[in-house]
Amino acid sequence: MRNPRQLKRERFTPLTYMLLTIALLFTMILCVCVGSVRISFTDTVTAVWNGIWGLPIPETIAKNIILNVRLPRVLCVTLAGASLSICGAAMQGLLRNPLADGSTMGVSSGAALGAIIAVATGFTLPGFSMGGSMILAMIFAFVSLILILSLAYALDRSLSTGSIILIGVVFTMFISAIISLVITFASDHTRTLSFWTMGSFSGVNYPQVRVMAIALLLCGGVLIRFSPELNAFAIGEENARHIGVSVKKVKLIILITVSVLIGVCVSIAGTVSFVGLIMPHIARMLVGPNHRRLLPASLFSGAIFLLLADLTARTLLRPVELPIGVVTSIVGAVAFVIIFFRTRKVR
Amino acid sequence: MTEMLRGEHLTVSFGGKAVVDDFSFRLGEGEWLMLAGPNGAGKSTLIGAIARSVPCTGRILWKGEDIRGMKSAQMAQRIGILSQTNHVGYAYSVEEIVGLGRYAYQAGLFSGRDDGGREEVEKALEMTGLKEMRHASVLTLSGGEMQRVFLAQVFAQNPQVLILDEPANHLDLKYQQHIFTLIGQWLKEPGRAVLSVVHDLSLARRYGSHAILMDHGRSVAEGRIREVMTPEHLQQVYGMDVCAWMREMLSQWEEKGD
Repeated sequence: MRNPRQLKRERFTPLTYMLLTIALLFTMILCVCVGSVRISFTDTVTAVWNGIWGLPIPETIAKNIILNVRLPRVLCVTLAGASLSICGAAMQGLLRNPLADGSTMGVSSGAALGAIIAVATGFTLPGFSMGGSMILAMIFAFVSLILILSLAYALDRSLSTGSIILIGVVFTMFISAIISLVITFASDHTRTLSFWTMGSFSGVNYPQVRVMAIALLLCGGVLIRFSPELNAFAIGEENARHIGVSVKKVKLIILITVSVLIGVCVSIAGTVSFVGLIMPHIARMLVGPNHRRLLPASLFSGAIFLLLADLTARTLLRPVELPIGVVTSIVGAVAFVIIFFRTRKVR
Repeated sequence: MTEMLRGEHLTVSFGGKAVVDDFSFRLGEGEWLMLAGPNGAGKSTLIGAIARSVPCTGRILWKGEDIRGMKSAQMAQRIGILSQTNHVGYAYSVEEIVGLGRYAYQAGLFSGRDDGGREEVEKALEMTGLKEMRHASVLTLSGGEMQRVFLAQVFAQNPQVLILDEPANHLDLKYQQHIFTLIGQWLKEPGRAVLSVVHDLSLARRYGSHAILMDHGRSVAEGRIREVMTPEHLQQVYGMDVCAWMREMLSQWEEKGD
């Protein structure tokens, strides 16, 4: 007989990873197929396969749409979903707060402001045109994080669930006001307000995909490397110190890593809210709270979720394309309420 | 006797008020030092200072070496700390939490494999009677079970000095006896010592070898347990005749049926 209190989730095997990979690939192909021009499954696979190996692609296939429009977009969405989700999972562990996420804490807004300032002032890095907005987005994300955490810490030393989110909400409103202000005065430089506040993946290109892939590889690697420490923080910061975690150092590394990853995502796609809030929760239901399994699972779930959200944004009101943040926010707000009620009730 | 841990002139102040006030102690090998005193005497704060989570002035020495310069993992291999409240928000399994006690031996990119780790975790689960519920979610545990989980974690950490803030917290009588006996057995191995905060004076007197009575951040009496735990000292610290009270409590059980 099994003890009913036993957890059923020790079995997170290579098979689970394989199934997740297949699900992800399937979703990616689906997202390439579906759109204003419908493309058949075999055409998509052929075009991508031949494209990768440099083989000639048959004339009958809409090569341009597949390889130059949809594929970079799908790759970008996949990477952004995975990045935002792993960041959310890491922050929820680090702060022991199931509602923590770039968007609920105001970090994404901070990053967006940084990117906008770079675009409006024409600040770029020599030889790397995306670099300017990316660097400022990262710095602003980090400064926002530090600011919000210090304020929350001054308010109550235990960094309870509520106070961080409250400060995050106020911070987001404040930053949004400044974002509108900057855009009003520099409207000819920056993209539209809805891009920065609601996010969009239209018109992304391969260089952006490459940057996101590198960022995710590095930052994701760092976060996964720190899974034992994240577990310790999720159990409690004091306990983490007692078992020998260099609390300050690890916290700083994780906050910087998260800021860099969020900065890159926001500078390319604007703020896409709630991905990092919801998907780690779904992942936690599947594989449990241990970050060794939770972080990889969050990568997959985040990517799949954002792909489906992007698909909905593109196709729901065709030919009008919704900002992707509209879709994630609607789903996210509902999820937020559910999670909030559940965490309150447990106490 | 070899000295393991020593505090010299420790002072911790919150908002200008000294919670721990020029407090010194020494802990020798094989000793079980009981720290007792009324609420707000500064016992938990003192433990916070030893854990380096509360800033303090003065020095804390591990065999003559200031712990301030010690690496976190090194410190955790020497000093194991069990704090008073442990509240976990996520559904970790008992085994996962106990296993984290081995962190100090696994940390760092280039540290070797933690060969004895598995065994230490098993031993700790066995000692605390948690083997049966190793896969249980900690969210389903009672307060006493939770206390045992974190005690198992600190055992798995295999430190040389155990620092316990109210280890009997949340434990029913059976487990109080069980856990204190366990700690006593743990202490029998050479090179070990225990410092614990205890509210139950009878428990302190029964298991401790030395004691410090603390009040308003200062030491009122210290030394061997029998010399410290005297009716006069307790009267002075608690402002009541503690021994008479305990005798009265106990005498209830000696009356023959109503």
